[in-house]
Parts: sequence; C-alpha cells; structure tokens
Amino acid sequence: MTSMILENVTVDFPIYNAKSRSLKNQVISLATGGTIGSNAEGHVVIRGLEAINLSLKDGDRLGLIGHNGSGKTTLLRVMSGVYYPSGGQISINGKCTSLINISLGIDPEATGRENIRIRGALLGFTRREMAEKQAEIEEFSELGNFLDMPVRTFSTGMQLRLAFSISTVIQPEILIMDEWLAAGDERFQHKANERLHELVNKTKILIIASHSKELLVKNCTRIVWLEHGKIKMEGDAETVSDAYFGHQ
Amino acid sequence: MPHGTAAASGIKGPPLGNGKSRSTTERHASMTIAKSQKITAWEDVAAAVRNFRLAALLGWQDVAQRYRRSTVGAFWLTINMGVLIGALGLIFGTIFRSPMSEFLPFICVGLIVWGYYSQLINEGCLSFISNTETMLQLPLPFFTYVLRTWWRNSIILFHNLVIFPVVLLIFGKFINFNALLVIPAFLLVSLNLLWMMTFLSVICTRYRDLTQIIQNIMQVGLYVTPIMWQPHQLPTDKSILILDFNPFYHLISVIREPLLGGTGTLLNWGVVVVMAIVGWTIALLFLNRFRSRVTYWL
Repeated sequence: MTSMILENVTVDFPIYNAKSRSLKNQVISLATGGTIGSNAEGHVVIRGLEAINLSLKDGDRLGLIGHNGSGKTTLLRVMSGVYYPSGGQISINGKCTSLINISLGIDPEATGRENIRIRGALLGFTRREMAEKQAEIEEFSELGNFLDMPVRTFSTGMQLRLAFSISTVIQPEILIMDEWLAAGDERFQHKANERLHELVNKTKILIIASHSKELLVKNCTRIVWLEHGKIKMEGDAETVSDAYFGHQ
Repeated sequence: MPHGTAAASGIKGPPLGNGKSRSTTERHASMTIAKSQKITAWEDVAAAVRNFRLAALLGWQDVAQRYRRSTVGAFWLTINMGVLIGALGLIFGTIFRSPMSEFLPFICVGLIVWGYYSQLINEGCLSFISNTETMLQLPLPFFTYVLRTWWRNSIILFHNLVIFPVVLLIFGKFINFNALLVIPAFLLVSLNLLWMMTFLSVICTRYRDLTQIIQNIMQVGLYVTPIMWQPHQLPTDKSILILDFNPFYHLISVIREPLLGGTGTLLNWGVVVVMAIVGWTIALLFLNRFRSRVTYWL
C-alpha cells in the first residue's frame, strides 16, 4: 500500500554567512570568546516548514499552492527524501520519483544517446530496463539522427524534448512535480501532455506544486495552501483554490 | 528468498522473453526509494556499492568529456605527468647523484601515485559540493558521489601508469613477482582513501575554506613524503619522525616497493591495514552523525 505520512514535520535551515562557514573564524571566535547573537548552536536559523501534518494514501492527488518562499519547494524536497526533517517524522512507502528539474544530469558535451543512459541511471534504471526503454525514448523524442550529436548542438526545445522523453518513461508509485512539465513546439507539447497525463493517471500518489488554478483543479483532489512554512488551509481542490486565488 | 535467486539467474540467462514478466514485478527495483526513517551511514555506503554502476557511469562520463573534443583526451594528463617525471627525475637525480636507472623508476611511480592521492583528496573535499544540484533533487546514496570521484581518478591513474613500463624499458629493467603485491596494495590504499574522502566531503561541505587548507597540506605533503627523494637519503635518527609518522609514506610504499622489486616493510603494510579499519570506523560514525544535515549545508 502506497502512502506518505508527515507528522509535525519541521525544517530549519541553518544560515551560514561567510563568517560562521569558515573554520578559521570559528577557531578565532573560540579564542576571543562568545558568539554573536543567534541560537544555541551559534548561527541564524530560518524556519522553512513548521509542524506540517499530512497523510496521503493510494489515489490521492495533492496540489500545493502558496506564494514564493512559502515552503513549497522545501516541502517537495522533504517528500522526495532529499531533506531529512529537522523535527517531526515522515514515512514514505512506495517508489518515489521527483521530476522537479527534468534537465538534471544532462551533459551538453555528451550525445543524445549517452544522455539517455546517464539520466536513466540517475533515475534508477538497471542496464536491462534501460535497454528495453532506449528505443521507446528515442522514438518518442523524434530527434532521429540528432541523437548521435552532442546535446550542446541541440536547440533549447530539442534539449527539453530529450529530457522530457527520458524522464517520463518512469513508472513511480509516488510522483512529485514542480509545475506541469512542458516541452517542445505545439505538436510535441500535445503529445507530451498526453504522455504526462498517462503517467499521472498511473501513479498512485501525485504531488504537484503549481501556480495555475486550472491545472490544480483539473488534476488534484486535495490542495494544501502553504504560507510562511505553515499550512494555511487544506481541503478539496475547488474550495482551497477559490480561497487562494480569490484572496489575491 | 526465492525472489532474489530468480533475479540473479535472470541476469545471466539470455532473457528478454521470459524476463518480461519478472521485470514488470521488479520494475525499478532499484528506483530511488525514500526511506521513512533516517538512513544510516552503512545503509548509504552499502547502497552506493551495490549500485556501483551509477558511480562508474558518472565517473566515466567525467573522463569521457576529456575525449570528446580532443583525440588525445585524458592522455594529455599523462603527457604532462611524463614531462614532469622526466624533468624532476633528471634534476633531482643529478642533485642527489643517484644512478638514473634506479632513481627515475622510483620518482616515476612516486609522482604518479602521489598525483592520484592528492587529486583524490582535493577532489574528495568537493564530492558533495560539486554535485549540489543532483543531491538536492534525487535521494541517491551520498557515497555514490565519493565513488564517482574515486572512479574518475582511478581511470586517470591507469592512463598515467603507461609511463612506468616505458621508463623501465629505457633502462632495460623488469618487474619481478613482487609486483603482484600491487593488487592487494591498491585495494587497501583505495579503502584508505575512500574513508578519507568520505570524511572530508562531509566536513568540507560544512566548512568551505577547509578545502583550501587541505590543498595546502597536500602541497606540502609532496615535499615531506619521500617522492622526489629516497627514504635512505635521510639520516637514520630522523627517519622515524619524518617517515613513520607520515601516513602517506606508508600508502605510497605499499605500491611503490613491489613495483620496484621489493615488498615494502611490515610496518608499511601494518599501518595501511590498521588505518583502513580505524579510519572507516571513524568515517562511518561521522557520516552517520551528520548525514541528514549534509543537504542543508549545500
């Protein structure tokens, strides 16, 4: 059973300015005695998330909304297992993939084909799975002979197409996205949308952060509104998005 | 568990046909799974070693990049190293009045191996910092990035090693059976460097200027370690202090001595073994303590 449960999740970012980041300065300040006003550990802390309680189960489609800096990305990172909460508990059951930046790991000097292999390995494919998927990815990207060329020779649109084609062959149980993925020209965009919908429909839990009301209402069953790292409102998609987009 | 053995045999067998049904159940068995509880250091290291293919692929890509725009590729580093060995060998050999046939092979192995160690240590400090983007998006085992650095430099080491037989040929010398000792030596030495890199990558992510300090130490290390001078040139009463307390002397000796026909002293081997055990214990405890903080420091 796929599920994700967050209990009282709190994330504190330690802020190291150049001063406290340097060992030399710490040694010196130790010698001169006393730390300049901050918390017990001796540095400024910013609270990214505070006491987040969420429980997601099979079939849940969660949308995240909030202003810039409200903690959306931080929460996505906690959910994808990158940040370990500094307070509280998170338990994730299921294979989880985040498509926050699909161009991650794309090496501009390597060819399209080589990049498929690298990105595939980063996403956790075994060599055998990769061999199975390679043809599918190549075909979907419609890049033809360009797959043997270094990616730096690709146009931005073509690079995105490649990244999109590789990243969306996954079949995770939990899918985390920051905004809906878009790639390529109008025709490709259409095809990409279809593939993404397919992927989203197949995943058991979807978590997506977005600023688009239409998208959220269409894809989500629940929405969480974050403000200053706290949940300001939680409920069904219509109600929360009306409240959020209405207040703007 | 029968499941595991089925998977293992599935890899060997020719497969796609009957592997199909299996692969659907096991699809993405290795997909990055976020854990519900804290990931311990040993789980991290074990997972990275199990998926060594990823580290090797990334490390190989780093080297391949050098080949993409130049046919000579990573051999440029070898050419540089060759020139350095030739020049330093001639000068220091003349200063010390050492016979070239003995001194040049000595400095050759020394410089190649030292180059490998110092690159590993210096780049080891940056293992996490240079992978910031990936670390903030994918919950991969952290040790993978350390292995990537290690693998990239090991490939370059093997490029550089071609210089050694050339030097031997010039002087009409040959290696003997003791040379086989470099295999266990390389394993032990790698174990040692990997714990150092693991430790450094964590602490250098937190304290950014530590990298500079380490670089400095490694620069001095080149001169205080017997690489451009031979251990027997030291007055015996000073040699204990200068040699035996220098871990890099032992790390170099277990590789250099076998290649030059000797075996290395028992002390050399003893220190390397003990250091690997103690070092890994400390590095694992350290990683375990700070693992969950590392991504916040990036």
